[in-house]
Formats: sequence, structure tokens, C-alpha cells
Amino acid sequence: MSLLQLERVSKRFGALTVADEISFSVGEGEALGIIGPNGAGKSTLFNLITGNVAADSGTIRFGGADVTGAPPMARCLSGMGRTFQIPQPFEKLTVFENLLVAGSFGARRSEADVHERCAEILADTGLLDKANVPAGGLTLLQRKRLELARALATEPRLLLLDEIAGGLTEAECQALVATIRAIHAEGVAVVWIEHVLNALTSVVERLLVLNFGRVIGTGAPADIMDSRAVREIYLGIEI
Amino acid sequence: MSIAIPSKFETRTSASSFPALIAAAVLGLAAAAPFLVSRGAVQDLFFILTMLVLAQSWNLLAGYAGLISVGQQVFVGFGAYAMFGAVILFGIDPIVAILIAGFLAALLAIPTAFFTFRLYGPYFAIGTWVVAEVVRLLLAQWKALGGGTGTSLPREAMRDMTGVGLLRDLFGMKAAQAGDALTYWLALILAVATIGFIYRLLRSKQGLGLAAVRDNEQAARAVGVDARRMKAMVYLATAFLTGLAGALIYVQKARISPDAAFSVTDWTAYVIFIVVIGGIGTIEGPIVGVILFFLLQNSLADFGSWYLLMLGLVGILVMIFAPRGLWGAFSDRTGIQLFPVRRLLVGGPLGHALKGGPHG
Repeated sequence: MSLLQLERVSKRFGALTVADEISFSVGEGEALGIIGPNGAGKSTLFNLITGNVAADSGTIRFGGADVTGAPPMARCLSGMGRTFQIPQPFEKLTVFENLLVAGSFGARRSEADVHERCAEILADTGLLDKANVPAGGLTLLQRKRLELARALATEPRLLLLDEIAGGLTEAECQALVATIRAIHAEGVAVVWIEHVLNALTSVVERLLVLNFGRVIGTGAPADIMDSRAVREIYLGIEI
Repeated sequence: MSIAIPSKFETRTSASSFPALIAAAVLGLAAAAPFLVSRGAVQDLFFILTMLVLAQSWNLLAGYAGLISVGQQVFVGFGAYAMFGAVILFGIDPIVAILIAGFLAALLAIPTAFFTFRLYGPYFAIGTWVVAEVVRLLLAQWKALGGGTGTSLPREAMRDMTGVGLLRDLFGMKAAQAGDALTYWLALILAVATIGFIYRLLRSKQGLGLAAVRDNEQAARAVGVDARRMKAMVYLATAFLTGLAGALIYVQKARISPDAAFSVTDWTAYVIFIVVIGGIGTIEGPIVGVILFFLLQNSLADFGSWYLLMLGLVGILVMIFAPRGLWGAFSDRTGIQLFPVRRLLVGGPLGHALKGGPHG
């Protein structure tokens, strides 16, 4: 059974249809990449999955349960961990405390129970030496790593990544991709929206292409990148 | 990532025993104050302690839950009126009536939260003020408690108050003096309990969640924190504490009127001043603030309306030169803190404990 399933999910902002009967599913432990040009509705789709935007119609199932009307908090507690495109750290809390919040609330554990796991995540995401620094003082790369670390601390079954590689240098991006690949290898399902295609295709097994709020193709990354429609619409190459 | 993970992690907050000793000494002296200083000084200390309770409550509400209320006088006034009602209409002992007043104030917080929690930021602030005015106008219609002109506590109620007789017999205090000593001790207990409660809360998991909500509500919800419930609980708890303080203040004053009991200046503006100059978002801030406020009030009392202008000037200067308050500036420079709430990761690659700062 699939972990995440969208059935004919639609969303309109006034006259603009930003999600037009979108249907797809993500299996347990699978990694799906979502691509599309600016304005294709990627962020809205992301927000529909996390619950920050309410669907006009259609159903969203997660882990077999209908979560279409569930608020973001409930979706987190049921196993969705997300990152924000623009990092949203708890600025006055330290990096370690940021993770403690996510670990103790998101995974419903006592604070003492999550100390060790949070410290391990900090080590895995390369933030251990920043553990006791207030998150407001981090650089962009560190903030992106904190987004990832905090999402992991909630012990997600599905990790939702929103343009986490954007704005990073090539080296920084590669280090981050290695971290994400390691997380995926442990069996966490991933849905990743990204413009940086080489980062995306080195992790995901399947790509979904979005344009004007519609799914215009899904398949293996290599096939998608070769398809004529995608090249025309997404890469803007006239053939 | 191949960073060796140390086998043992430890989180701790850097508490030290030296301030605890000083605190114990100060508390011991404070408890003995009615035997050591004049009645006027005991009344001054009562004022400082009750303002401290109001300031700690407002600090928890605004500095930690991010709920900037300018209507906390509603709980002072309602608590005071609830106590008066219990004493005058039902003949209940004033001490017991204070507790009843606290619970009634918390009860009042439920319908007021229903209205004000629909509002955010400045709209929430105005909304709380409107609620306070509505409750004031309603209570001013209550003829049994003196309507718009107010009323006094019956002399017998004060004379027969629990503990007054005992103090008279044991130490030969006069009734009025015993009443002052008793309300002072209650204020001391309330202030210590309030600080203890807030400190415990901030060190708990709920306190961590609260700090997360204050920093970024959207992100807090995204990691599973029930932001709305958390704010509501803080609102309720501060209503209870503020109601207790209000009732206690008016047992000591023994005379009430709607305008005085619901005064936005006395119970909210001064309280905000205390928290802001002391340092919002810290437990130490309101303590420093209330002492400074008391000193300013006493030294400027002869200047009439210049007094408020001077307070405003002090407020502006502190905001410009010490935006995190006097305690915040002091703590930033020295690293000293009396109520540490930071969780530090120590051991392993870090090798040493780091000094904690406040969550503010």
C-alpha cells in the first residue's frame, strides 16, 4: 500500500487553478522528485500535502488515513516531516534546542528520551559544533541543514523537502545530497521539490513533472529528462 | 558524515549554588520583615511583591507566549470584585475569598479567550483592553458592591480574618498591623510560588514548546507543537495568578471602586514598564524592573505629573540603549543568570560545558 496518496486534488486561488486534479502516490520508503517551471504550482502542491493550504476538492491519504482536512500539526504527528523553502528556525533557541522541540513534540517523547537521538542527528547533518549556538546566528547552509535536522528529529516516515538545495554552492549541495541519500537509505520515504536537477536526480527514483497545476508526466528520471514534452515545457528547449 | 558520536551525552543548565544561598538568605529576611521594619515599609514591600507577581505573569504571557495583552487589569479588577463579593455577600473569610477569586478569574479567561484569540498582534492587544472595559462597566452596575462609586470591606471581616487573631495573641500586634503582616506574607508566598511555577514551566518540555511558538509559530506547528492549546494554557494560568494578586491587593486596600480596580495605568501600563525596563523574556528582568520602578516612583512622587513624563523618558532610554532591558544588558555582558533555562549539549566533541543564556 502506498504511504502518501493524492486523488484528484484541486486548488484554485480566484480564477487561477494552481492544482488541477492532481493524483499520484508515493510508496513506503520511495523517493519522488517534483519538478516544474516557476509558477507551475509546486509550492502549492507541497502546502497541500503538509496541510498549510486546504484542498478545494479531492482526497489526501497518508499511511492509509484520510488527512485531507487535518492541520499541519496533526500531519507532523502522523509521520510527515517537512523543511521550509525559506528556513524557519526557532531563532532564540540553540540548534540543539531546535531539535529537542521537534524530537519531543513531533515524535511524542519525553525530552530526556530524545537527547541522544537529537545529538546523533546533529552529527549526521554536520551541525554538532553549532549545537549550543542560537539558531538566529547560522549561515544559509547551516540553516538549511537545521531544517533537515529538525524535520528528521520528528522521526518522519515521509520527509518533505522544499527546494533545500537552492542557493547553495556546488560543494555544499553535494554534501547535503549525500546526507539526504543516507537518510533515504535508512528507509525514509522522500518527496522533494527542487530546481537543482542534478541534486534531485542523484537521489530520487521517480520524477513527477508539474505545469500549470497539472501533472504532465511521471517516470524514471532519465526517461523524464529525455521526454520531448518536458524538454519543451520545463527546459524551454524548442525541438 | 563520519563524526564519532560520543557514548554519553548530557544536557544541563548551568545552575550554581551560590545564588541559591543568597536567595535563601533574602527569603529568610523577607519573611521576618514584619518584625524588623515599620508598618509603612511592610506596605511598601507588599506593593513591590504584588507588582512583581503581576509583572511575572505579564512577562510569561507576552515574553514567552507572545500574547501582548494590555487588558490584564480585567483579571486584577475581576479578582478583586470576586473577593469583595464573596466577603460581603456570602460572609466568606477574605483569605479563602482570595483563592475563590483566583479560580473565578481563570474562569473569566475562558470566554475572554474565546473572543480575543481570534485576533493577532496589535488587534489582540486592543481586544483585551476592550474586554477589560466591558467587564469594568458591567461591574459598575452591581449596586450590592457599591456600583460606580465602590465600597469598603466590612471592619469585622478584616478583624476576624484567619490568622489575625493568632498574630494578635502571639506577638501583641494590633488588628491593622496584623492584617498588613498577613497580606504581606501572602504576597511573599504568591511571589515565590509564581516565580517557582514559571521557572519550572520554562525548564519543562512545555516551556521548550512555548519558546518555539514564540520564536516561530508556523514552524512550531510543523514540528508537532499544539501552539493554540499552549497559548490558551498560559493565558489561563496568568489569569489565575493575576486574579489572585488582584484579590490580595484589595484585601490589603480594603476599599474598591471600578475605576481603581480596572485601572489600565496601575495594573497594566506600569507592569509593562517594569517588564520592559527589567528585561522581557527573563525571570530576572521583572525582579530588577519592579525594584527600579519602586525607587523611581518614590523619588519622583513629589514632581506631580512630571513623574509620568520621567517614567516615559526612562522607558525610552532603556529601549534605545538596552533593548533587552537592564537585566538583559547585564546578562549579555557578564553571562550571569539566576534562572538558567537553556538546554546545553555537553561532553563529546564539545568537550566542555558552555554558559547558558536566557531564551530571550
